[in-house]
Amino acid sequence: MADNKALLSVEELKVYFRSEDEVARAVDGVSFDVGREETVCLVGESGCGKTVTALSVMGLVPIPPGEIAGGKILFRAKNLLDFNDSDMQKVRGNQIAMIFQEPLTSLNPVFTIGDQIGEAIQIHQTATQSEVVERSQQLLKDVGIADPAQRLRDYPHQLSGGQRQRVMIAMALACDPDLVIADEPTTALDVTVQAQILRLLDTIQKMRSMSVLYITHDLGVVSKIADRICVMYAGIIAEQGNKDAVLKTPKHPYTQALLASLPNREKRGQRLYSIPGTVPNPAYKPDGCPFHPRCQHTIQNCSEQYPGMCDYGDGHHARCPVLFEGGKGNWCD
Amino acid sequence: MISFIGRSIVQKIITLFFVSIVSFLIIHLAPGEPSQVDPMNPKFTREMVERFRTEFHLDKPLYRQYLYFFRDLFSGKTISWKDNQPVFKKIWERFLNSLPLFIVGTILTWTISFPVGIRSAIFRGGIYDRSSTFFAYLLISIPGFFFAYILIIFVVNQFHVPVIGMETFGIGDTAWMNRAMDRIWHLLLPSLLGATGGIAVLSRYVRSQMLEVEGQDYVRTAKAKGLTPDQVHYKHALRNALLPFVTMFGLILPGLIGGSVIIESIFAWPGMGRMAYEAILARDYPIILTLNFVSAVLVLIGTFISDLLYLVVDPRIRL
Amino acid sequence: MQNTETDAQDIQLDAPLAPKRTRLEEFWRLFRKNKLAIAGMVFFILFFFLAIAGFGLTRGDNPLLDPAMVRLQDKLRPPLAKPNLERLQANEIPRLGVYIFGTDDLGRDVFARMLQGSWVSLTVGFVAVGIAVLIGIFLGGIAGYYGNRHIRVGQLLAAAFFIVGALLLVGKLIWSGSALLIGGAGCIFISILMKKAAKAKTKSAGTRFWYFNTISIDTVVMRFVDIMLCFPSFFLILTVVALLPASIYNIMIVIGLTSWMGTTRFVRAEFLSLREQDFVAAARALGLSNFRIIFRHMVPNAVAPVLVSATIGIATAILTEAGLSFLGFGVPPPHATWGNILSDGQRFIFDAPWLTFVPGIAILIVVLSFNLFGEGLRDVLNPKLRERN
Ligand SMILES: Nc1ncnc2c1ncn2[C@@H]1O[C@H](COP(=O)(O)OP(=O)(O)O)[C@@H](O)[C@H]1O
Ligand SMILES: [Mg+2]
Repeated sequence: MADNKALLSVEELKVYFRSEDEVARAVDGVSFDVGREETVCLVGESGCGKTVTALSVMGLVPIPPGEIAGGKILFRAKNLLDFNDSDMQKVRGNQIAMIFQEPLTSLNPVFTIGDQIGEAIQIHQTATQSEVVERSQQLLKDVGIADPAQRLRDYPHQLSGGQRQRVMIAMALACDPDLVIADEPTTALDVTVQAQILRLLDTIQKMRSMSVLYITHDLGVVSKIADRICVMYAGIIAEQGNKDAVLKTPKHPYTQALLASLPNREKRGQRLYSIPGTVPNPAYKPDGCPFHPRCQHTIQNCSEQYPGMCDYGDGHHARCPVLFEGGKGNWCD
Repeated sequence: MISFIGRSIVQKIITLFFVSIVSFLIIHLAPGEPSQVDPMNPKFTREMVERFRTEFHLDKPLYRQYLYFFRDLFSGKTISWKDNQPVFKKIWERFLNSLPLFIVGTILTWTISFPVGIRSAIFRGGIYDRSSTFFAYLLISIPGFFFAYILIIFVVNQFHVPVIGMETFGIGDTAWMNRAMDRIWHLLLPSLLGATGGIAVLSRYVRSQMLEVEGQDYVRTAKAKGLTPDQVHYKHALRNALLPFVTMFGLILPGLIGGSVIIESIFAWPGMGRMAYEAILARDYPIILTLNFVSAVLVLIGTFISDLLYLVVDPRIRL
Repeated sequence: MQNTETDAQDIQLDAPLAPKRTRLEEFWRLFRKNKLAIAGMVFFILFFFLAIAGFGLTRGDNPLLDPAMVRLQDKLRPPLAKPNLERLQANEIPRLGVYIFGTDDLGRDVFARMLQGSWVSLTVGFVAVGIAVLIGIFLGGIAGYYGNRHIRVGQLLAAAFFIVGALLLVGKLIWSGSALLIGGAGCIFISILMKKAAKAKTKSAGTRFWYFNTISIDTVVMRFVDIMLCFPSFFLILTVVALLPASIYNIMIVIGLTSWMGTTRFVRAEFLSLREQDFVAAARALGLSNFRIIFRHMVPNAVAPVLVSATIGIATAILTEAGLSFLGFGVPPPHATWGNILSDGQRFIFDAPWLTFVPGIAILIVVLSFNLFGEGLRDVLNPKLRERN
């Protein structure tokens, strides 16, 4: 699957969390690509390993208890997992930046906004103090914050949640990264603010021609911004492909179930579908396909063998042999 | 801001008033009498006892005694019952003796516990963290005087330096260098002992503050910017972890008058702790009450200062 | 409710999920990781049984090990020394046939004295902490649960009359004291009358004044805590113990009465947060009485952190008793405590170091194990720390 043109290419990544008597396989063989200037959405219920995947790309998985149990993370064809600490520091913030889920707690309360953005600039670039201030103001203007000169002197607690997330975005953009990872950047915000932030991210991405790995559990958001979609379930990729292919012709029962549980106009007045059961604890995943206990199409094989990836062409894959050409998909053992 | 200060001062004064009442009652309602007016004391005749009682207002009702005592206290006329010396003069003399112990002890506490606590937190779970944890508990758990004896035996055997008292007896004539060294030797052990408990407790507290902060989201943000571990730990994490300690500067203040009874007894150090101890033995009420009152004042000033410092250092608090 | 098949399926869905653990199992799983805390717990239990054994072996007229038996022929014998059989009378020979920890300056068996002392230390620690914890739960519970209620003028007046009156009585002013007490009773009487009158729709100015809210209960309790915290604690204990007649009970009570402030503070904090939680709201909605809510629903939930601080409190109480003994205000003879064995022994520190080291190390081990055990419990019970390491 390694596409040489891809900016970021994650291959069979495995991240485990070890505690004394159990191993939580949070990410258990995940592969996907992010091409240049592309927006890829990583979708899945909470607890399925999206954040851990993102943190492994940044090299920020806490080790221990975490451990990278296998796989590769190729960024510009170089494996980030082989980088040492100081090489990784040069990548972080400079080439890959990350926006976190909680704007309320992700900014340091004792430093001003100006300090924090300025720091992001100065780590990777040499600039005089006045240049830094100028660039910080420009960044704040870019992310749509009024009166940037004043805001630079403010402390985080003086800003609203939406403004803080804009500041986080400004900080991520500080060094013109090639890839921005946004981990549920709008989950903690009001719906109206969510829409603004989404639009902002979209505009900036076009303007700066960056790639974006957008993590969310909200399929509604996905349909607005994604070029391609990866659906994650319990540490694996259940299905991936172009936006339209995945949303219009989902090939994995999990994707189908997710879409069925989405409210829309046609389903007005009907009772919404909800997927029975819950995401399995990553330390106690069922044998075979991790989704089989909740699946409507379960056959005998599902609880015994691990499903293989089935190729539907044009980059559309789904890990469900049961639905592939009348059940003729391949199984791993 | 002004209203906060005003309210807080009024509140502290009310507290102080009640403290004075409680301490007065504790002393006066306890059974037994000061030695000067103890009818069992063979040194004094019945008339002398009666004279003392009048002189100390002990024949007056309790609330009158209370008023007399605080009238004397605020006009600075309180005198010790034991030797008729002014109380403030006695306290001041002893205070000057205790001060070096306090200063050296405080410096030791703060300079040792911070590096230890921070290092433990950064390398948590490692051998350094685990051994310093165990060591801290050891120091918290050891009875102070037992530890003192171990140290004395060790120092006396190893370095052949006498450590009891404030200086070696009869050293007055020797060169000032010798005398200074002698003073330092005598100072070191008691202040180290006085600091051990503080070092252990404070380093644990620094560690837990630091751990708490290291788990915060903004530390992850700092790492994601590409900062070096040192910048992450010492700039972003430490700055936040230090907030509660800035306020602790205010809380050192009461230690000024505390002085450790036990340590000063072991080292025959004529400080405040010893004076308090002697006053208790002799039931020298004016000294006990004054010490208590002054230390309550210091506690209250200390908390006040720490509240103010919090306002200054934490940008989130605005009144 | 959406369709019944999936509901039925749910049961089987849970099959591969994580094993269900009870709270106790979960607690034990986390606690087990902390080796120091485990060691602390083992010593904690050992000490407990040792103290009980010590109580059994050293009491009565003719105990198995006599801590008070003076054998001047055998004074200051080192540990593991054999008794001097020729010079001792038959009833003086120690039953064990050896002085495990040696003898002191009166020839008393240090091992027997240590055993007796372990019981004394244990009771001093437990009783003192028991007193502190009871006061702490009571005051903290009141402040946390009834905190936002206010004391009314009438109640304040009654309380003031009673307190001042009682003080005056103690101060031997019989007449004015009694008068104030009667005034206090009068206040209560007026309150009862007012209550009847208050049923009427319109309230008179007098009634309104009488029912005027002054300070909240929470303020009263917390200010009281502040007042107590103004005293340097060891100095306060020392003063009171020195003024009172020497007795083991006074020491327990004084330590208990001067160390309840911490418990009060966090029982209050715990109650404040528990009060907001659903199960208390539900209990209230069901119309349970306040008393029942507090004792059946809230106290059990607040008990874990109290236990932690009690464990550490016992350690502190043992240290305090040792410190008092050292200054000569400890538990008086004939009771042997580790503190007074140690402080008696310091005179012979160069000739008979075991008299210092045996009790010193014993105190160290016991206090250390209590502290480690308590801190281990605290770590496990603290959900914030649980996530990490
Ligand atoms: N620091 C950690 N220690 C132990 N387990 C972790 C840690 N971080 C994540 N996990 C495990 O990884 C799983 C996936 O977490 P995460 O990636 O945060 O999910 P999400 O998809 O909601 O972002 C969690 O269920 C958790 O068990
Ligand atoms: Mg997440």
